[in-house]
This record gives sequence, C-alpha cells and structure tokens, in this order.
Amino acid sequence: MKLTQGTFSFLPDLTDEQVVAQIEYCLKNGWAVSIEYTDDPHPRNSYWDMYGAPMFDLRDAAGIMGEVQSCRATFPNCYVKVNAFDSTHGVESLRLSFIVNRPKDEPGFALVREEAAGRQIRYTTRAYATDKPEGARY
Amino acid sequence: MGTHAEAKTITDAAARYRAGVLKYAQMGYWEPDYVPKDTDVLALFRITPQEGVDPEEAAAAVAGESSTATWTVVWTDRLTSCERYRAKAYQVDPVPGSPGQYFAWIAYDLDLFEPGSIANLTASIIGNVFGFKPIKALRLEDMRIPVAYVKTFDGPPTGIVVERERLDKFGRPLLGATVKPKLGLSGKNYGRVVYEALKGGLDFTKDDENINSQPFMHWRDRYLSCMEAVNRAQAATGEIKGHYLNVTAGTMEDMYERANFAKELGSVVVMIDLVIGYTAIQSMSKWARKNDMILHLHRAGHSTYTRQKTHGVSFRVISKWMRLAGVDHIHAGTVVGKLEGDPNSVQGFYDILREPANPVNLTRGIFFEQDWAGLRKVMPVASGGIHVGQMHQLITYLGEDSVLQFGGGTIGHPMGIAAGATANRVGLEAMILARNEGRDIWNEGPQILENAARHCVPLRAALDTWKDITFDYASTDTLDFVPTPTAA
Repeated sequence: MKLTQGTFSFLPDLTDEQVVAQIEYCLKNGWAVSIEYTDDPHPRNSYWDMYGAPMFDLRDAAGIMGEVQSCRATFPNCYVKVNAFDSTHGVESLRLSFIVNRPKDEPGFALVREEAAGRQIRYTTRAYATDKPEGARY
Repeated sequence: MGTHAEAKTITDAAARYRAGVLKYAQMGYWEPDYVPKDTDVLALFRITPQEGVDPEEAAAAVAGESSTATWTVVWTDRLTSCERYRAKAYQVDPVPGSPGQYFAWIAYDLDLFEPGSIANLTASIIGNVFGFKPIKALRLEDMRIPVAYVKTFDGPPTGIVVERERLDKFGRPLLGATVKPKLGLSGKNYGRVVYEALKGGLDFTKDDENINSQPFMHWRDRYLSCMEAVNRAQAATGEIKGHYLNVTAGTMEDMYERANFAKELGSVVVMIDLVIGYTAIQSMSKWARKNDMILHLHRAGHSTYTRQKTHGVSFRVISKWMRLAGVDHIHAGTVVGKLEGDPNSVQGFYDILREPANPVNLTRGIFFEQDWAGLRKVMPVASGGIHVGQMHQLITYLGEDSVLQFGGGTIGHPMGIAAGATANRVGLEAMILARNEGRDIWNEGPQILENAARHCVPLRAALDTWKDITFDYASTDTLDFVPTPTAA
C-alpha cells in the first residue's frame, strides 16, 4: 500500500526541485518549516519525532532542503515529512505538511475487529510495521 | 401611516402616552441622530414599503415591531426604561438601482437579548415584523453582533484549526461526497459507496439531508455499515476518514440517541439539518463539544428565505447565526455548481465563516464591521453540481479552508466510485502544488489538470466526461453595489 497522509500523497513522489518550490512558498508566507520522521505510520500518531526544532530563523530554502536530505540519509527507511507552521493569531498550527521520504516497502495496516454487543464491532487499526520494535520496523 | 409622516419623536410625555395610535416615528423608533453604541446589536433591513408609506416611518415601524412596540400606545411603557429598550432606526438610504426599496439601519440595546440564545435573538429580529402589513416586503441583509454578545456564545465545537489537527490534513481543501442515490439504498449497499469513495481518496462521505431512518434503511443499519466502511478505508490508506452520520430526527431525544451511537461506533463527525431549528442546533453543538465531535450542518430549507432579494433573511446573516450557534461545517455555496450563488456574495459568506474579523466590504455584501472575538472558525462546504474540471475555479473562489464535495462527480465516474474519488484527489493535489509553485491556476488550470491526468487514468476519464459541464444561470440573490459577474 501507499500511505496517503500528507498534502501531496496522491501525486508521484515529489522531486527535490518540487520540494524546494514548496519550501519557498512556505518561507514567502512567513511560516516556519520543520522536519519530522517516524517508523510508526498509524493515522493517529500525532507525534512523529522531530528532526531538530522548527527552523524559525532559517529563511533559505536550499538550507532547509539540506536538512531534509540529511534527515533522509539518517533515516532512509522511515517516513519523513516537511511541515510548515503558521504563528498567525487564530491559526497557530500547521498550514502544509507533506511526505518527502517513505520506506521502500509499506506493508500497511490490519483492521482488527472485536465483536461486541448487538451488531456492534470495535475497530482498531494496527500498522504491521509496529509489530516489530522501534528501529527494526522497515 | 401616511405619506407625510411627521418623522419626529414626541417629547412631551403627556402627549406621547395619551391613549390612541401614533406613528412609530412619533413614538421614538426613528432617531436619525442616534450614534450606535459598541454594545448595540445592529441590523440592516431592506424595506419595500407599501404605496404611500414613507421610508422613515417604515423603518421606524420595523424597529418598533422588532423590539418593544405594539400598534397602539400603552401607558405601561412608562413602568420601564423604555427609551433604552426601543430599537432605533437611525439611517435610511434608497437601495441603488432598486426604486421603492430602502436600506434601514436599526440599533438594538444589548439588554434586549438573552445571552447565548439564537432563538431569542431571532424571535425579536425576525419575529412578528416580517408579516407587518405596511411593509410590502422585508429582508434582513446583515447584522453586527457586538463582541459583548459574541462572547456569550460557545461557537463551533471544533473549528477549522482543531478539525485539521484532529484529521491530520493540512494545506488543501478537504474532499467529500454525498452518497447517491440519496434515497433507497440498503445499509449494506450504502456502506459500499462510502467504502469505495473513501478508499479512493476522499476524506469524507456524507448522508444527504433527507436520509434519516426510513423503511429501506433504518438509522442503526446505516451507522453500522458506514462505520465498517470508514474503518476499512482508514486501514487501507493509513489516513483518517469520516462519514457525516446524519442524526436529524423528529425529537431531541432521538437525535441524542443517534449521536451517542455514532460516538460509540467511533465516528469523528455527526451531521444535522438546518430544519431542526436554532435551539436544536445549539443543543447538538453543546453535545458535540462535550463529545469531541465535528458537527456538520446541511442548510436544508434555507433557500425558502435566503434566495429572493426583497424578502427573507440573507444567507450572510444565517452564516453569522450559525457561527454563533456553533457548527463546524456549513454548506455555503459553490459559485460554479448547480445551486444559487453569485461569486461575490458567496465569498462574503466564506469570509464571515472563516475570518477572525470582517471589515466592511460592500462588494462582497458585508455592511458591518464584525469582530469575532476569538470565536472558532466554521469550515464552509461547497456542494452541489461541481466536478474536478472546475478545481482551479473552486480553489480560486473558495480558498483552502473548505470542504469540496463531489457527489455525482465521484459516484458517476465512468470507471467507478473509487476511481472518481482518486480523480478528484489527484486533481486537487496537483492544483495546490501548482498554486504553491506560483503558477497562475485561474488561467493555467485546465493545462495543470491535463498534465496531472498523464499519470492518472481516472482523472483523464473524469475530464473527458465532465469538462464541458457548467451551470451558468443568472443569480437571483445579487449584490447592490457591484455588477454581478458570471461564474465561468
């Protein structure tokens, strides 16, 4: 399967040039770019690991792209995403978030059904990858 | 009421309160010198007076009938601080280009209204007054809700920012589709449509406004099937998905029962219809807030009073009331689709729902400055006769914080429902990518879609099927200060 979290997951993987263009868009809007990675792709995993703090003061797309590449090199078999944070009052949240690296093999998720009272079923989504311990998943 | 009304308040108390009938202007409801207070509720009405009724007297009558007045003088006014409680018409202007129509500006003291109650606000402002005989037609065009009153409402239970964080979806409009046919499918077949559409790439699917609990599909069947579909699609894609389970029912008790079942099944969103009424909407908003639920509102019924320009309530006012009442989603027009909506007016509604504050903007039909005082933002929903070939127009008109709902444009896809969903998602992402890269999507949109279709067969098929479909009819509810552009 292909994990389709993130803004551009239905497009072919972005080229570095395309990633830089998106970073430039973020900088032009005054947003702070950050990089996060994980080997736990569960849709409700809110806290991917931060590859450094958000780069509030780095206003150079090439520099940020360098960080993206270094994160990819360090965690080639993890999901890596680029986030843009907007500190405008009333937003104070992400404005863009897209995947820039994914494991070679994405085994996907099992849907675990627990039959409950009546016709109810309690559902759990479980990533096959997280059956293994952290660091040994992909 | 006569042609030559002496539009002046009678100041001598004995004369003012002598039993009998006075003109509304004489009773103190027309005060051209009044300076509205920051805490006043302000309303702008479009008045079409009957022949022979002068506009100031008509405005005073509207002020009177929507606040303290009755048809005759009553001495019991004198037991109250009646000057404060009288609404004051303070300005009357002829409507540009519409002879016989007038804009009447009316101020209401804050003490006239119960805190946090749309029912109470509307019982005054659109209560008896719309049937008042001396007025041929009456339309509530806009309102200014003072911050002091805004702060008595809870507003949207989730809001745009938290909804996006909860769903982990940023940077693009969300995508939805209404299950079709809207009536007649069994629960199992209905869930099939949900599963295909969500797996194919939509974020949400939706019950239609009139799908409640009918012989062909009882509500519990629908909920169980839809949640199986939602969870299957979630596991297939690794993305959070939702289906707007319509909890609209005949009584509040039934609605709570349905909403609680939706919660037990793990739904992220429930839905209500505008026809359930303002109080029921506020009750469901409270419930949604307590249960971490996104609350979707379908504006079923609104066109009965929003569409005609001379009589009723403008949708911009309904937008304000619904932001106060507290819904997370509201259908607010598409500009390019099959339903009524002039581009500037629709953008005005979107501004009201999404901005932290609205400046006066006559070209979008916004007559008052409005400070929302930190009230959460409502996600506008564009639904009705739209397709992926219009993606560049939709994004240009409606922006990023919206839900684009392609019902027929998903389910009617020649290669199937999932393919229809994929086409929409690819078209959307390609357009956002291009916009962010600085491309002029308004002009280059069709080319951007063509290029994206090279790596996406379903998008190719969608473009071939629908590319020439437009709904280019003149709008009924047009603005008074700008020429109305056509959609495409």
